[in-house]
Amino acid sequence: MADEHKHVDEVSGVETTGHEWDGIRELNNPMPRWWLYSFYATIIWAIGYAIAYPSWPMLTEATRGVLGYSSRAEVTAELSDAKAAQAGNVERIASDKIEDIMADPELRQFAISAGASAFKVNCAQCHGSGAAGGKGFPNLNDDEWLWGGKPEEIYQTIAHGIRHAGDGETRVSEMPAFGDMLAPEEIRATAAYVASLTGTPSSPALVEPGKQVFADNCASCHGADAKGSREFGAPNLADAIWLKGEGEQAIIDQMRLPKHGVMPAWLQRIGDPVVKELAIFVHSLGGGE
Amino acid sequence: MKHTVEMVVLAVGAFLALVGAGFAQDRLFGAHMWVLFFVLLGGTLVLMRRVDFRPAVAGHPSLRSEYFDEVVKYGVIATVFWGVVGFLVGDVVALQLAFPDLNVEPWFNFGRMRPLHTSAVIFAFGGNALIATSFYVVQRTSRARLFGGDLGWFVFWGYQLFIVLAATGYLLGITQSREYAEPEWYVDLWLTVVWVAYLVVFLGTILKRKEPHIYVANWFYLGFIVTIAMLHVVNNLAVPVSFLGSKSYSAFSGVQDALTQWWYGHNAVGFFLTAGFLAMMYYFIPKQVNRPVYSYRLSIIHFWALIFMYIWAGPHHLHYTALPDWAQTLGMVFSVMLWMPSWGGMINGLMTLSGAWDKVRTDPIVRMMVMAVAFYGMATFEGPMMSIKTVNSLSHYTDWTIGHVHSGALGWNGLITFGAIYYLVPKLWNRKRLYSLQMVNWHFWLATLGIVVYAATMWVAGIQQGLMWREYDDQGFLVYSFAESVAAMFPYYVMRAAGGALFLSGAVIMAFNVTMTILGRVRDEAATLDAAPMPAPAE
Repeated sequence: MADEHKHVDEVSGVETTGHEWDGIRELNNPMPRWWLYSFYATIIWAIGYAIAYPSWPMLTEATRGVLGYSSRAEVTAELSDAKAAQAGNVERIASDKIEDIMADPELRQFAISAGASAFKVNCAQCHGSGAAGGKGFPNLNDDEWLWGGKPEEIYQTIAHGIRHAGDGETRVSEMPAFGDMLAPEEIRATAAYVASLTGTPSSPALVEPGKQVFADNCASCHGADAKGSREFGAPNLADAIWLKGEGEQAIIDQMRLPKHGVMPAWLQRIGDPVVKELAIFVHSLGGGE
Repeated sequence: MKHTVEMVVLAVGAFLALVGAGFAQDRLFGAHMWVLFFVLLGGTLVLMRRVDFRPAVAGHPSLRSEYFDEVVKYGVIATVFWGVVGFLVGDVVALQLAFPDLNVEPWFNFGRMRPLHTSAVIFAFGGNALIATSFYVVQRTSRARLFGGDLGWFVFWGYQLFIVLAATGYLLGITQSREYAEPEWYVDLWLTVVWVAYLVVFLGTILKRKEPHIYVANWFYLGFIVTIAMLHVVNNLAVPVSFLGSKSYSAFSGVQDALTQWWYGHNAVGFFLTAGFLAMMYYFIPKQVNRPVYSYRLSIIHFWALIFMYIWAGPHHLHYTALPDWAQTLGMVFSVMLWMPSWGGMINGLMTLSGAWDKVRTDPIVRMMVMAVAFYGMATFEGPMMSIKTVNSLSHYTDWTIGHVHSGALGWNGLITFGAIYYLVPKLWNRKRLYSLQMVNWHFWLATLGIVVYAATMWVAGIQQGLMWREYDDQGFLVYSFAESVAAMFPYYVMRAAGGALFLSGAVIMAFNVTMTILGRVRDEAATLDAAPMPAPAE
């Protein structure tokens, strides 16, 4: 019941407003001062800010604010500052040869930074953020190179890709499907021989016959010593780095029906300077020649 | 004749849905109409079993009691049900972010599950809580039975139908891609009808009140209902491709469209999740602690300040975009001015406890409500801070925003709703007390710990993300790719899911406690509220 007479709350000694709803009363406390003054302060600050910055929409345009701020002008200034900070280097990378860029330590460092940035956008999807690769995608940190580890060779690979249809200069090679040419036991024997080069084969008895099959069928590309050939992009089989998977079964699978990885040609997409930067960056990772 | 008209209307609706399915212009609309058909058919069959051909008599039991509480009971059950569903889906999407293999194409991938989660918690859990509590509060503070008779039932069931259509639409892939307004045009039209009915019921009850003044909770409820109606209608203005098709195009384009969306989006937070839940606070806290509201004057000033200022704050969602600078400025300064009006509610909520602070120790329901107001205070400080452009340039698009939203949603909306449910259930079902107060205590600690883990994790995650995105090396090149910043989030996403699981387990305990209370069971517990203080929980 609403009662007409002011009611005083016994606990706080404060008057209520005299209203009551379902047993709920309201104290007639003033607003806390700190609250009120803080509220005023935010309003005053808001008015000040609205005077300083673009705020009130008028008939044709909004007030510009006494500071003359504009977010577009701010972005333009930041971009031109960023450009100015890189001035010279960008032009020199575009005009200089890779070997000249690498001869200048400062410019080389710039190219590595730029290449690292471009790598994360364009290359990390296959080769990984740390360039460590994965099954079917080469690790770029080690010193095994399918197509060559000199800066110019890396440039060539990035620019024109590998088995990239539509680029005349792309790197091409194709391992034949030996499943059609060799008997299954010959393939098994070859795999045992290849495995024996870096570890223990499943059956030592197969190694000798496998060595003969290898010499007759594989050595022309992978070399008599199985150390590979960059001319054909043929991997070194005498080290413990495996592109298509480790173990004899993986070797057998690859011999029977080889997988041929494709890398896109990047020159047309990202342009010569960025390919240079990428080549220098990849070269710097540790295995560069 | 009881339920006959309703049954006929449902049957006609089911038939129309069938026609819609038959003549659908696209596969999705057809599928959605089949869903609608089966829902309405099920409703018709349920009602058919209840049809009573005797003439209706004035002495019907639900008309005899003073207040119309049957619909509130249904609302409380729906709130608990949708709450558990919404939290569960939330934890699933959290795990989907950490472990992408959990995305099940096409229906249960993250893109479709996320709106299912946000709509389930905001509109299904929060909306049912608001409708149920507003029906309860407005009757008692107006000393009047709910206006409109069975219109209250229409609001409740109509709203559930909206939820079902929205949820099934998301999973089917029907969306207009507006955050928190994803349902397509035909579902929007249905919600408009339901919402107008809600306004009529609520306003009608206020108009026939027997109290001279309107209680502050009802100002907030009314502000929420009216503003949501306006926001919903304007933001969903769209032209359907076909009246038998699921696709529509927005009436706005470009940056106007974005601004309309975030004017809506931010005020969904402001009026749905703030004003509406402040209304709950203004009734249930004074009732539970049995103390008067701290300051009438503060409630007036902060109410009008909040209502006036919130509506302008939306542009802060579009800082550093194509939105003109002047609109960004106004969005930011109104957000900052909103700080104190928001805190007015916190002060009034907390200070209402003066003279009864011991209840925080003895009553786990009061503890829950106080923690809710504390999270409200934190979130409404963080919000204005994040709207400042300098801060926003770091926080925007990061998981910090997600953390901010959840400290508000889980902490404020969740806990105050749980408190209200624990208050309401024994009263509505006429039980002496809840099945178990110790379970309320467990719920409190699980929920609070879950929120703290969630929010703290997302702060760290968001700030790290923001810093990674803007880090340049000494040559002026970006250090991190976007994918690296995603990979860096993995441990945080796992921790976030763990925090969510804590919150969910608390809600499951609540569902059990509420069910047992409704069944009339009382757990034999060592300490009850009045006899002795609760054993101090491990802190």
